[in-house]
Amino acid sequence: MSVSRFIFIITIIFGLFWIVSYSTAQEESQEPIEPLRPASNVILTDTPNDNGKSISMRWDVSPDDDRVSQYIILRNTSPKEGFAEVGQVPTNTTKYVDEENLVKGTEYYYRIRAIDKKGEKADSEVFGPIKPVAQWFNTDYKFIAIAVIVFGGIIVYCIYSARHGREFFIRRIAGLEAVDEAIGRATEMGRPILYLTGLGGVSDISTLASLNILSRVALKTAEYDTPLLLPCNDPFVMIVNREIVKGAHIDAGKPDTYKEDNIFFVSDDQFAYVGAVNGIMLRERPAAIFYMGYYAAESLLLAETGNSVGAIQIAGTDADAQLPFFIASCDYTLIGEELYAASAYMSREPLLLGSLKGQDWSKFLLMLSIFLGVIMESFATGFGLSFLHWIAKFFTAP
Amino acid sequence: MKLRLPLILCFLCGIFMIVQFFVPPFTGVYDKLLNWVMIISIPALVIGLTSLIKLHSNRIIRKTPNMPYSTVAFVAMIVMALSGLIGGTGQGTWFEWMFKNIQVPMQATMFSLLAFYIASAAYRAFRARTLEATLMLVTAVLVMLARVPIGDFLWQHVMPDSVLQWKANLPEDVAGWILNVPSMAARRGIILGISLGAIATSIKIILGIERSYMGAGE
Repeated sequence: MSVSRFIFIITIIFGLFWIVSYSTAQEESQEPIEPLRPASNVILTDTPNDNGKSISMRWDVSPDDDRVSQYIILRNTSPKEGFAEVGQVPTNTTKYVDEENLVKGTEYYYRIRAIDKKGEKADSEVFGPIKPVAQWFNTDYKFIAIAVIVFGGIIVYCIYSARHGREFFIRRIAGLEAVDEAIGRATEMGRPILYLTGLGGVSDISTLASLNILSRVALKTAEYDTPLLLPCNDPFVMIVNREIVKGAHIDAGKPDTYKEDNIFFVSDDQFAYVGAVNGIMLRERPAAIFYMGYYAAESLLLAETGNSVGAIQIAGTDADAQLPFFIASCDYTLIGEELYAASAYMSREPLLLGSLKGQDWSKFLLMLSIFLGVIMESFATGFGLSFLHWIAKFFTAP
Repeated sequence: MKLRLPLILCFLCGIFMIVQFFVPPFTGVYDKLLNWVMIISIPALVIGLTSLIKLHSNRIIRKTPNMPYSTVAFVAMIVMALSGLIGGTGQGTWFEWMFKNIQVPMQATMFSLLAFYIASAAYRAFRARTLEATLMLVTAVLVMLARVPIGDFLWQHVMPDSVLQWKANLPEDVAGWILNVPSMAARRGIILGISLGAIATSIKIILGIERSYMGAGE
């Protein structure tokens, strides 16, 4: 290769390189060189229905929002210098709720900083002051409050009526009628009774309902000297169970027949509990088994094992998904509210029966509301009568 | 006083918990109360553990017929507790190895047994002895066929074209209707009853009418 040709090739390469560099520089120079514009029209409001520790913000995005990578929320207690970051939101966002260590009643100022991909910043004007204030009633829950007052009022009125001697008719519940039969059968066969309170803790309402039934069952078993076994999966429930059974033995006049060891903690693990209880069923072969309380997947594992040992089984749960399993495997099943009705039904105490009647009236009111709601919604949709939507709005309120 | 004090406390706490739901400034107190429950649950676990140890050690000492089971439970409990206390519970420890290779497979085994229990329970429930049981059997077969691939396969290959043109996904539509209309209606009825029952029971407990759960005798 001659020297002249080499110089020619080098010149061509450098020339091409210069052309490419020049065109890139031209493209870059065509990008906007105007400064980034900030977000505007920031509207600050005290968040409604809160505990006075939150401020809601809305704003119009920067006119250069396509360049913005994020917005940073800045806050200060004075409109001057010293704004600190309290939050970040991505581009094209127009609202933010500040819950970052706000002090009730203090005045706050805000500004919103837009930042583009190159790090250029544009601060909005300072907006404020705004004070977070607590509300004393959550208006989002006004319909729930009305429902609580109405249903609670009906139940309390029925209890009040019962206290003044009014008698109520209560329908027969087969599952509860069978409780005495199950205890009697166990007594005759000389075998123990197994009582399970489910997986719920002592603060669960279904467990409390179960404990109420246990107090009646324990009283009968204490009177008949029938062993009552209570394997527990919650230590709290175990303690309460012991107190209940002990109390029942005292009430029956047989405190000496109470055996603390019959009420024991097994495991708080769901399937370890099932394994242990199934083992007890197969070894002890109880004549009657009660499943009262909250149950999950273990319901069928327990009930089928109980069925295989030939025990008379009575179940009651508020876990609606488990009801079909209990119905398939148990002799009697208390469906839904029957679990809560059991204590009143078995004791026949007028005050407790009064609450049952209140429950029935509340249910009647709900049925009436559903019936009226269906009719009103049909008319509202069919004839465009929007004012008839109120009943649906009442029941679908947050 | 032994009975009255818990009842007064129960009434005050119950009323407060209803009120705090509607009053936003009280939400902080509610969170604190939940923390209290968690704190109290720790001593309760100790009581539970004591009960467990007492029960099984008594059975072992007395050499009852259930002694072998108690020995297994006792040894397993001690080995797990010691391995956790000595070697820690993190990655690569004995505790973690036993949890992954013993406890988890045993739990999975128990859960898997459910399939067989469902089969035996379904056999008993679906025996067509009465009109109701027959209806349930037919409904269950329809829903099951629509939910498994073989149901769709049979429908697409057995039905004539005229039927398929009329309704290509009839089994799926029928199963969907059964689950979303009659089944859901019954379920919602039960849930409404449960909710009202829970409200009534809560009111009875708050007012002190229902107190058998306190176990102090009548």
